[in-house]
Amino acid sequence: MKGAPSRPGSAAEVAEAVRGAELVLPRGGGTKPALWSVEGADVLDLSTLSGITEYLPSEYTVTALAGTPLAEVEARLAAEGQYLPFDPLLVAAGSTVGGAVAAGANGPGRLRYGGLRDFLLAVTFIDGRGEIVRGGARVVKNAAGFDLPKLMVGSLGRLGVLTECTFKVFPHPESCATLRVAGMALDEAIEAAGRVGAGAVEIECLDLVHGLAGWDLEIRIGGRSFALDARLKRAADLLDTDVATLSGDADVTHWRTRREFGWASPDTSVLKLPLTPATAGALEQVLADLDASQVARVYSAGIQQAFVAWPAERVADLPALDHALTQSKLTALALRAPAGAGNQPVLGYRTGGELLRRVEQALDPAGRFGRRA
Amino acid sequence: MTTTDAADFLDALTRRLGPDRVLTGAAPMAAYESDALTAFRARPRAVVLVDSAEEVVDVVRLCAGANVPFLARGSGTSLSGGSLPVHDGVVIAMNRLNRILEVDPVRRTAVVEPGVVNLAVSDAAEPYGLYYSPDPSSQSVCTIGGNLAFNSGGAHCLKYGMTSNHVLGLEVVLPDGEVIEIGGDSLEGVGPDLVGLFVGSEGLFGIATKITLRLLPKPETYFTLLAAYDSLAAAGEAVAAVVASGLLPGAMEIMDNLAIEAAEAAVGAGYPLDAEGLLIVELEGEEQQVAAESELLLEVVRKSKPYLEHIASDPDDRMRIWKGRKSAFSAVGRLSPDYIVQDGVVPRSRLGEALTKIQHLGEEHGIRVANVFHAGDGNLHPLILFDGRVEGELERAEELAGEILRLCIDLGGSITGEHGVGMEKRQYLGEMFGEADLDAMRRIRMAIDPGELANRGKMFPDAEAPALLSHAPHPLEAAGVISRE
Repeated sequence: MKGAPSRPGSAAEVAEAVRGAELVLPRGGGTKPALWSVEGADVLDLSTLSGITEYLPSEYTVTALAGTPLAEVEARLAAEGQYLPFDPLLVAAGSTVGGAVAAGANGPGRLRYGGLRDFLLAVTFIDGRGEIVRGGARVVKNAAGFDLPKLMVGSLGRLGVLTECTFKVFPHPESCATLRVAGMALDEAIEAAGRVGAGAVEIECLDLVHGLAGWDLEIRIGGRSFALDARLKRAADLLDTDVATLSGDADVTHWRTRREFGWASPDTSVLKLPLTPATAGALEQVLADLDASQVARVYSAGIQQAFVAWPAERVADLPALDHALTQSKLTALALRAPAGAGNQPVLGYRTGGELLRRVEQALDPAGRFGRRA
Repeated sequence: MTTTDAADFLDALTRRLGPDRVLTGAAPMAAYESDALTAFRARPRAVVLVDSAEEVVDVVRLCAGANVPFLARGSGTSLSGGSLPVHDGVVIAMNRLNRILEVDPVRRTAVVEPGVVNLAVSDAAEPYGLYYSPDPSSQSVCTIGGNLAFNSGGAHCLKYGMTSNHVLGLEVVLPDGEVIEIGGDSLEGVGPDLVGLFVGSEGLFGIATKITLRLLPKPETYFTLLAAYDSLAAAGEAVAAVVASGLLPGAMEIMDNLAIEAAEAAVGAGYPLDAEGLLIVELEGEEQQVAAESELLLEVVRKSKPYLEHIASDPDDRMRIWKGRKSAFSAVGRLSPDYIVQDGVVPRSRLGEALTKIQHLGEEHGIRVANVFHAGDGNLHPLILFDGRVEGELERAEELAGEILRLCIDLGGSITGEHGVGMEKRQYLGEMFGEADLDAMRRIRMAIDPGELANRGKMFPDAEAPALLSHAPHPLEAAGVISRE
């Protein structure tokens, strides 16, 4: 990192900063250091580019500057009974709108209606030439032009510096509660998850949490209060075993803690890995082969993603993990990693290299945002 | 290209595919000269019927080598002229690539070839209690490859999104013939969302040859409500009230009197002919949840004072209601010799304002406009009725269509919700986006396809256009096989 970060207050100032830089990466709330703490890069601190610029509850749309804390957005939406269905991560920790989009990571609640990619309607960003570019539209349906908003999801600051984002929002379920089955074998838990998930019961979250006594299966159901008990019973019947129920504040706190990575000790690097119920076994094998079967981890959002807490004392083994993931066609993104833990936030298998190379060439010909290995 | 080069190129195609699968000459290619936007026609150099992804790769490489533009075509149902041939280019007909390679009930995915018909995916998923959500009105004939290229929608996009929200992974032939894999079979990914960029790119980034789709569990039950109003504005206010209530219906549709009349004449859906605005709201999902939601929905809708309400009594009744809605576009053909289907988006709360202005614009031009729209997501489909035999009517209709698009832009919306820009709306893309925005899109296009071979001439305002010919229903539409949405 070079010098003190510059703190632009407008898209034009961001553009100017990009034009004046050789290598630059944006930083919002600083909750995901692996994405911005790159050797030799200027840091653009976007925390002053903050504020909700438009919120239209009746349109299901909210627009905010990139440095706006997600906590502020969520609070504003909650006052109107609405929420961000992709369930952003690290909200209490200070994660911002732009950082969430650039990381492209979602919480357990993404299971119900979709992830960031499904809820990002429009973006403004500064490309590598320092131009202010807009993509998408501030309406819930749009098919005009290339889908630049989706391209920015997961772009890790390497294609442009986001300055403003518009999201689709939804009405929040009236109430939610969670069923929990403790201490299952992984196969058994995946099978039970499939049984409930494939049925008619509509699920907000479905996570498998690794613990000392095996795996805990957690299923969150939400909707009209009037029907909730009957639906919980129906899901419990499908599970056909001892079930504990969390409701009210306990339920809310439980899932808040999950997305803040409260289950992972603070010095661990938290990795996100796309997954399916069919590839969970491959990840288990990778961890077993590296003698890491005891690391804290959660198979989240209907086993569509894993969060793995890689211990600080095993940072030296990250290259081995990288290699093993590549062999197993698995990919990981370091979401929460200590600054300086390594310059490469992406580990494992990658696809689309040639297409990405061409897109990078178009948006950042001089490589101001760095090049992926 | 010299005559000799042109002959060599055709020879090479023929050597690869055999003479039966390389069509040249006016008669064999006639059906490929246009799509559902019948205003445009262009003659390709050749039409090739491919059987495999390998053949697609080889054809693309031959085209790239000879610098010949090409495009992939499915069933030709594009309403924006997206599958209009490039003059002197090659049309790669994808319909034979119609295998469903895998349906995986555990991952809830289907892996399909691009020529698979939309509805066939749901049919294949049905035994597992799953379905493919995007439901364009032409779903019984349109292909997944075309849906992907234009990010097709349908009536049920509010809750679960458009095509883009249901594509997980792709095998793609880039315009120079390089084959890449993007995405995967998980709902999650790492790195820029290249699948998201590819979907809706209107064929400008190459051709998808293998597509992994996300399947959803079939809703256990539906609650479909039809409410008739004596004004369009009242129907629009009912939509606003439903949104404000915190309900999230699977679909909310409105039809105006002219559209109701047409739909009734065509399929006899049981719509009240005297209604000025007809609202269809559908809840879907788990029985107990839908039961609880339907009580709230009825309460909200009744407050909006419809003069008539009807709840679908059984699945057949529901199908009848939807059949009327989905046939509305082609049914309008009964009211008028020719018509243009427009597709624009406005913020939902400005629907009433948009409809009033569209009505005024129609009156100013002396042209009738029927309105059918996805009210839940502000997606308008004005049907502009005219008679192409009357001198100047086509031009007036085109002019009106353009003014409606400008209205959508002025109200803060979009020039297309689900049909794409294609050939039809190129001149309006530059009104919706600024120069820097278009320039970024152009640079991406040129980096991926420097020769502009893939679907040349589409989407960008400055691309060269073929001549405007005649308006008439697409042959499939005239036969009642497809309808417009």
